[in-house]
Amino acid sequence: MEPATGLRLDFNHKLTIKEFPYIIRWREDRCKRCGQCTAVCPNGAIKPAVKYMRVIESGGDTPKPRPVRRIIHVIEQVDNIENYCTGCAMCSLVCPNNAIEPEYNPQNKFLFYKNRGGEGYKRGGRRNDPGASTLDRLKFTRISMLTDPALDAGRHEFRVRSYIGRILPPEELPLKVENGRLVVDKSSGKFIPPVREIFPIMIGSMSIGALSPPMWEGLAMGVAYLNEVEGIPVVMCSGEGGFPPRLLKSRYVKYFILQIASGYFGWDSILHALPYMTEDPAAIEIKYGQGAKPGDGGLLMAPKVIKLIAEIRGVPKYVDLPSPPTHQTKYSIEESVMKMIQSMSMAFGFRIPVYPKISGTKTAKAVLNNLARNPYAAALCIDGEDGGTGAAYNVSLDKMGHPIASNIRECYLDLVKQGKQNELPLIAAGGIGKKGNLAANTAALIMLGASAVAVGKYIMQATADCLGDEYNRCNICNTGKCPRGITTQDPKLYRRLDPDKVAERLVEVIKSADVELRKIFAPMGRSTELPIGMSDGLSIDDKAMAERLEISYAC
Amino acid sequence: MCRLSAITSSKYFSPIENILALETMKEGHDGSGLGLTLKDLGGEFKDLKQYPILSGICSRKGREILDAYMEEVGFKLIHKWRPKIKPVKGVFRRDYYFAAVYDYPDEWKDKTDREKEDFLMNIRINLRRMGEQDESIFVFSFYPDVITLKEVGDPLELAEFFGLDKDNLEAKIIFAQGRQNTNYQIYLYACHPFFIQGYCTMTNGENTAFVPIKEFLMSRGFPGYMGYNSDSEVFAHILHYSVRQLGFPLTYYKDIITPLKWEEIEQRPDREALSLVKMSLRPLCIDGPNMVIGFTPDGTCFMVQDAKKLRPGVVGGVKGKYALMSELCGLDKVIPERDKSKDIYPMKYDMVIVSPGAKEVKVWNQLQG
Repeated sequence: MEPATGLRLDFNHKLTIKEFPYIIRWREDRCKRCGQCTAVCPNGAIKPAVKYMRVIESGGDTPKPRPVRRIIHVIEQVDNIENYCTGCAMCSLVCPNNAIEPEYNPQNKFLFYKNRGGEGYKRGGRRNDPGASTLDRLKFTRISMLTDPALDAGRHEFRVRSYIGRILPPEELPLKVENGRLVVDKSSGKFIPPVREIFPIMIGSMSIGALSPPMWEGLAMGVAYLNEVEGIPVVMCSGEGGFPPRLLKSRYVKYFILQIASGYFGWDSILHALPYMTEDPAAIEIKYGQGAKPGDGGLLMAPKVIKLIAEIRGVPKYVDLPSPPTHQTKYSIEESVMKMIQSMSMAFGFRIPVYPKISGTKTAKAVLNNLARNPYAAALCIDGEDGGTGAAYNVSLDKMGHPIASNIRECYLDLVKQGKQNELPLIAAGGIGKKGNLAANTAALIMLGASAVAVGKYIMQATADCLGDEYNRCNICNTGKCPRGITTQDPKLYRRLDPDKVAERLVEVIKSADVELRKIFAPMGRSTELPIGMSDGLSIDDKAMAERLEISYAC
Repeated sequence: MCRLSAITSSKYFSPIENILALETMKEGHDGSGLGLTLKDLGGEFKDLKQYPILSGICSRKGREILDAYMEEVGFKLIHKWRPKIKPVKGVFRRDYYFAAVYDYPDEWKDKTDREKEDFLMNIRINLRRMGEQDESIFVFSFYPDVITLKEVGDPLELAEFFGLDKDNLEAKIIFAQGRQNTNYQIYLYACHPFFIQGYCTMTNGENTAFVPIKEFLMSRGFPGYMGYNSDSEVFAHILHYSVRQLGFPLTYYKDIITPLKWEEIEQRPDREALSLVKMSLRPLCIDGPNMVIGFTPDGTCFMVQDAKKLRPGVVGGVKGKYALMSELCGLDKVIPERDKSKDIYPMKYDMVIVSPGAKEVKVWNQLQG
């Protein structure tokens, strides 16, 4: 074998730029070499380089092209797989001359190489499926017109509200008649479960830690404003990461759902704060699974565990915080569901709804039926495969899980069979607003049987301009290098995000969704109560899907 | 939009009065059907009040099946009314229209009224199922002191067809509906009024919340909550469910189908109970436009509107005779001598209740409870 001489490069072990998901298009003629793009790139995917090149020049009184050799400065894409271009386009954002932009490369072979060191590709973000989801294919086809005049979305009164909490069946209400009026029979001793009225779009569980301080603060401010000023009872789930103690003791805690997950992060300080709390939280969510990485636990990478996060979660600074895939103290569904729900209910004096969240799965009905028999179970949240996350293995994000539409539908129809469709609210999550159709996706899920939806990614994108998309753009939430400052604990990055603007955008997003929901419900003749399970209003352009969802086929 | 004509009186009267009222509202129905429910019967039924009456239509084959079944169960036929059919052009004549009075099987005679009601309903459902597929048997009601007649056609022509003008058929409460068929096929079981165990309603309008309401009722485990060939049938079943099954006073029917807002509930003396009712019976909330006229087993008649769109409806009359109509012209036809200034047009919070025997009318306001 001929020895390497040092003069011959080993091109065989270099990747060509065509293997990369995004290719940098840099225009030499526009670039003024200010260096802002290379400074801002979160992944070090571009670098300034010096080249010695042969160029053609024309000059003089009678210009004649001639070759010259010259040292020039260029911007170059790095061919190291670890420093791949994520397509975030922060370079385009900062470039004063529109000289640079990443271009999606559909031929990329990224997944062939993004496993160096024997580690599978980990990322944040979404499922990377740009196709139209089932939710986006659902159409509202029952339009009131002549036999039933449509309502006026602008002028009629609408009540776009839902409930979380176990609702007693009418037959079990502890009521008696006195002087022609119904009164609650206090002597019956019947437990009346707590119920909260909410806006049907909830802000899904995103933890303090996964989110940066200004992002979380912005959302929290927006939620408080929506409740207190706009009168729209939006609730937000804390995610698994505890809750700021000061907020815990404030009156605003009533707008938040506290999540307990398998790592129990933050619950030590929550339990210690209990005697000092002046208000109850909106609910407790027990996370057993999530749509983005079903069967896998949460993960907060060490670089994100700064002092604030460590204090809230009650852990040392800068250590990886992996949550186990399941609640380790539980060994069966009876344990998980019954004891945990009852323990949490008891901790809060049976005054707040406690419900579990699971990943979308074929076994959802088994969980559902367990809950249906548990008088303390307040709801079931199912997070479909399109759910997003801050950190997960690519394979979990892309390939694990169950789509939400049929999962919610089969659970709802199962409840209908038992006559419990109004007893146990279903909360749908995962992929709502994936293509921007927040209100339409919400309305479709409600008509399939959901009482409310939980939305995370759409909120991040709409309120804080998250750059991610279904073409694996950006999606580096796990690295702590979020270029928008949404999912990072690096002050240099999160200072880019203005919490007031996040709050303002959240208010705009929810108010516009409220209007759009009315615009959907009004022509369908529904205004007084949410049209939960109004499946005759829906159609889809695929016969198999129509059959599976038990709705009509329209083309 | 269908036209409705309900009359409640302290004296017996002929259903032809309802039909003539419907005739004045003719522009509002297209002859796609007539439904008649008579309660508190006079004439030949006057002395048979404790016996259940089976009302329906059979083919020849269906009649044999029905008779054999009733005999097998142990019912004894004690009286039978058959309309004196006069063929009318445009009305398809079926083989056998009847209202048959039976005595209970021996083992059922000493049961409670509630048990008897369930028994009668189950018999009716069995008969319906036996004859539904080949349309050999239609049964509309099986209950003491109630007769139901239904057929496809124009109400006035059907009255002539059934010979109602010459018959001595009469009652103290009669509900009649002239159908304007909209989005469902013309089918006898889709024709109002709908009756179940002494509770009866008829509606003009369209029920946009039909599917969730239907699913909720069907999942109550009560065999009578079936059929639903019309989206209006649920109104009768909600009435039955709230008053008979849940034991709620009648006015809560309004609270269930058109629930108040939370801030309105706060003003009600029964706010605590009403809050629970609002949540637990959320699936039974209607979203109009609907006007519902109904009666309960004690002979109380009522009229309610949906909470937003409202359909025409008026109640008026004199002591001893009141009419609940979908249009004023119908009321003028039936009780022209009344004080028109006292006519009541119920609005979104109102429930107009006419007491048994048409003694008095009161307007119950939902806001005040």
